[in-house]
Amino acid sequence: MSVYLSKLVYGINIRHNCRKCAIGGFLRPEHLNLTCYLRRTEGRSMQRSRRFEVRSRRPVNLDTFVAEDPEMGLVAMDSPNDPVPSLVIVKGRIVEMDGREEADFDTIDRYIAAHSLDRSVAAEAMALPSLDLARRLVDITTPRADLIRLFSGCTPAKLCQIVSHLNVVEMMMAMQKMRARRTPGNQAHVTNWRENPVLMAADAAEAALRGFDELETTCRVARMAPFNALALLVGSQTGRGGVLTQCAVEEALNLRLGLKGLTTYAETLSVYGTDEALRDGDDTPWSKGLLASAYASRGIKIRFTSGTGSETLMGYEDGKSMLYLEARCLMLAKGAGAQGVQNGAISCVALTGALPQGVRAILAENLIAASLGLEVASGNDAMSSHSDMRKAAKLMLQFLPGTDFVTSGYSAMPRRDNMFGGGNFDAEDLDDWMVIQRDMRVNAGIFPMTEQQAIAVRRRAGKAMQAVFAALGFPAIRDDEIEAAALAWHSDDMPERNLVADIEAAQAFLDGPLTALDAARALDAAGFSDIASNVLQMQRVRVVGDYLQPAAVLDPDFAAKSAFTDRNDYLGPGTGYRVEGETWALLSAIPQQRTAAEMVPLTTGAAGVRLVPRGPAKAGNDPAEVVLGLGPAFAEGLDRTLCGLVHGEVLAAIEEGVASQGLRLRMVRIHDTADCGLIGWQAARLSGSGVGIGLQSKGTTVITRKGLAPLNNLELFSQAPLLSREAYVQIGANAAAHALGQPPMPVPVRVDNMSRLRLIVHAMLMHKREIAAVNGALIAENLEMVADV
Amino acid sequence: MSDRDRTGEDPRRRESRMAPEEITLQALREGRITSEDVTIRRQTLEAQAERAMAEGYPQLARNFRRAAELTMVPGETLLQIYEKLRPKRASHGELLALSQEIIARFDAPETGAFIREAAEAYRRKGLLRES
Repeated sequence: MSVYLSKLVYGINIRHNCRKCAIGGFLRPEHLNLTCYLRRTEGRSMQRSRRFEVRSRRPVNLDTFVAEDPEMGLVAMDSPNDPVPSLVIVKGRIVEMDGREEADFDTIDRYIAAHSLDRSVAAEAMALPSLDLARRLVDITTPRADLIRLFSGCTPAKLCQIVSHLNVVEMMMAMQKMRARRTPGNQAHVTNWRENPVLMAADAAEAALRGFDELETTCRVARMAPFNALALLVGSQTGRGGVLTQCAVEEALNLRLGLKGLTTYAETLSVYGTDEALRDGDDTPWSKGLLASAYASRGIKIRFTSGTGSETLMGYEDGKSMLYLEARCLMLAKGAGAQGVQNGAISCVALTGALPQGVRAILAENLIAASLGLEVASGNDAMSSHSDMRKAAKLMLQFLPGTDFVTSGYSAMPRRDNMFGGGNFDAEDLDDWMVIQRDMRVNAGIFPMTEQQAIAVRRRAGKAMQAVFAALGFPAIRDDEIEAAALAWHSDDMPERNLVADIEAAQAFLDGPLTALDAARALDAAGFSDIASNVLQMQRVRVVGDYLQPAAVLDPDFAAKSAFTDRNDYLGPGTGYRVEGETWALLSAIPQQRTAAEMVPLTTGAAGVRLVPRGPAKAGNDPAEVVLGLGPAFAEGLDRTLCGLVHGEVLAAIEEGVASQGLRLRMVRIHDTADCGLIGWQAARLSGSGVGIGLQSKGTTVITRKGLAPLNNLELFSQAPLLSREAYVQIGANAAAHALGQPPMPVPVRVDNMSRLRLIVHAMLMHKREIAAVNGALIAENLEMVADV
Repeated sequence: MSDRDRTGEDPRRRESRMAPEEITLQALREGRITSEDVTIRRQTLEAQAERAMAEGYPQLARNFRRAAELTMVPGETLLQIYEKLRPKRASHGELLALSQEIIARFDAPETGAFIREAAEAYRRKGLLRES
């Protein structure tokens, strides 16, 4: 295999005829698919297993997997080329770090030595065995603050060595404690490829109401940035006051948008872990540091962006592990005074993920960032796999322990409207996300809402935008656009807008004197005073500046929740963030949830039959008789089987089956048990032929014979959801056949492996109702079937 | 460095003294709030720097102190400083001159020192503009 792989890695074009990779006829890097290649080259000489063949078409096999090759930079963590941790300080000056002498420091080493490492704790921290520090990360008696102090004196190689001792469960334990903010959060992407401002505002409003703490947009056409930023601001503040927003564009424009009061944060400051990669990005540690200060000077919260794999992708990884280079990035970010980072491979996730333990390395980089005291927006934003199972498994590493932002961009819209290259999780996946939160009692930052709530808030955001556009003289927003945005799936559902006119107006807005204050005035004048107040509050918070603190988000009262005000005080069970009270009530009450009464309604009297009691049932002596025992609630409190058949239809079917063999059906009500076996057992004891049928209200059926033990039987049909009318006819016929000493025929049963999964709650509720109808004091009684009118 | 910065884009030469609690919808209706009133202030960032220092975040504090200084610097100038700090954009002498100018014009000693430190690092690592 490694031969093929190295051929692939070295980029040799290989002719192939794989259907998946049919484009061009040559194997292109993005279409590397080992399975397809092997199949072609080995297919003639090797036998194929059908099972391997079927599995080869599973989504996970569309992913690419590559073997470690440190010389190529293909190593997620623990490269043989990674330096051994070391630190030598002479008279307060760092003269050696991670095996490199000061004279040989590259610019990143130099910056880290000058700005990032705390020399006052370095001697203590570096002297501690890495295994000891790793254990303290997991130890519930060591508080976060102690570790933050010690980690501030660790070199990049030391940081890697520490986390390398942890398996993923231990890393998750550590993440839970080291996360900066006590309350986990999430960030959404809000974009659309048609750059429709009404749809963008509607999506922003819904995302804000769903609980996202930050919303990020960008633009396809750069000149639309001012309108996108405005739509995000107005929309977000319609949904929930205090949501931070950003528009990812180049620095100069970004700063201007911030100055207009349209945005409050930015995460466009990318850093890389080697000098060559950093220079390739046209930056130095000092230029990035200056930029960080420049943003703060305009009141814009910033986080840096880094992540494993980027240096390798750029070709400047120097043979080091991805994690080691990321540790350097993180120390650089800290040294520059960034309050946090967006990391976790980010757009390189498929590269890191292609390697052995790549997904573990991604959690390790999140953990290193948190351990340096940085806010972490932990990736999960770029497409990481073709396989839903693999995506979800990877997500759990951040979702379960909680991070400051579980994703650094959950796509609030369908994938094709995501202008960040498609979201890893998008509008289609929201219900899965909600259900998993409810399953695990975990707050991963998104809250359920009803369809009507969503439509209402989307419509309101559209109307608010309409008012702002009208008052500020922008191209009018029509009512049909608002309605479309309220109900849309994606931007194709939106009526045409004149993009050229919008772009012109957006540019004039940017160049002119209007600001977010004018938008607030317009909203107020149009009667949207609450939204106006929220937009104004988003301006007021600049004067206080608390949202610049580490891991800060704003609560609905515009108070900052940050590492300073919402301290992560996790110290084991019973401490730290817990999903309680109102939060748990909201998270658990997904709209799909129904009450027991809603799921199994009380009888409507529509059982399709009326069963008239005709006195106590006695043992019969007619050999042509089959007795059918009915559960206590049958057509008497319950109406239908789990299969959805009305009870009258079931009885008619069984009677038809019995009659088809020339025998007669007698029906009795069993009052003193709800157990199917015992109902059948009693029926058999009463039966002249000795054959009885037991039938529960939910449809479970047994055929049994007098003399068999109560839990023994002739035939059992335990999967009530699968029993159709035809099945009951055959059950009746088989019971008669047993009475006649003839061989029974197979009962037609539908095969549906999901029926138990789908109906188990209904089954339990119906059985509960049947048990409630049990009356031990009553003996079995004969019934006469009267057609229900 | 240009003295003709477009002030319309960057209303930061005049710092407002309006208290946060005075920034209300009523005040907005009465036309009493201007862009300057809701622009971050030097004092805000200095206070955040002190808080960060007290919380054990010295790097963040230094960033806030540089940011406090930069509140006085017009937007275009700010972008020019950034541009000069990018690889191979400026000579050693130009960076030193920039450092002194920033200190003198904008009362920005920490930013000035930061630029001077960059000049030294760039000289050693070949990041200066080759003449």
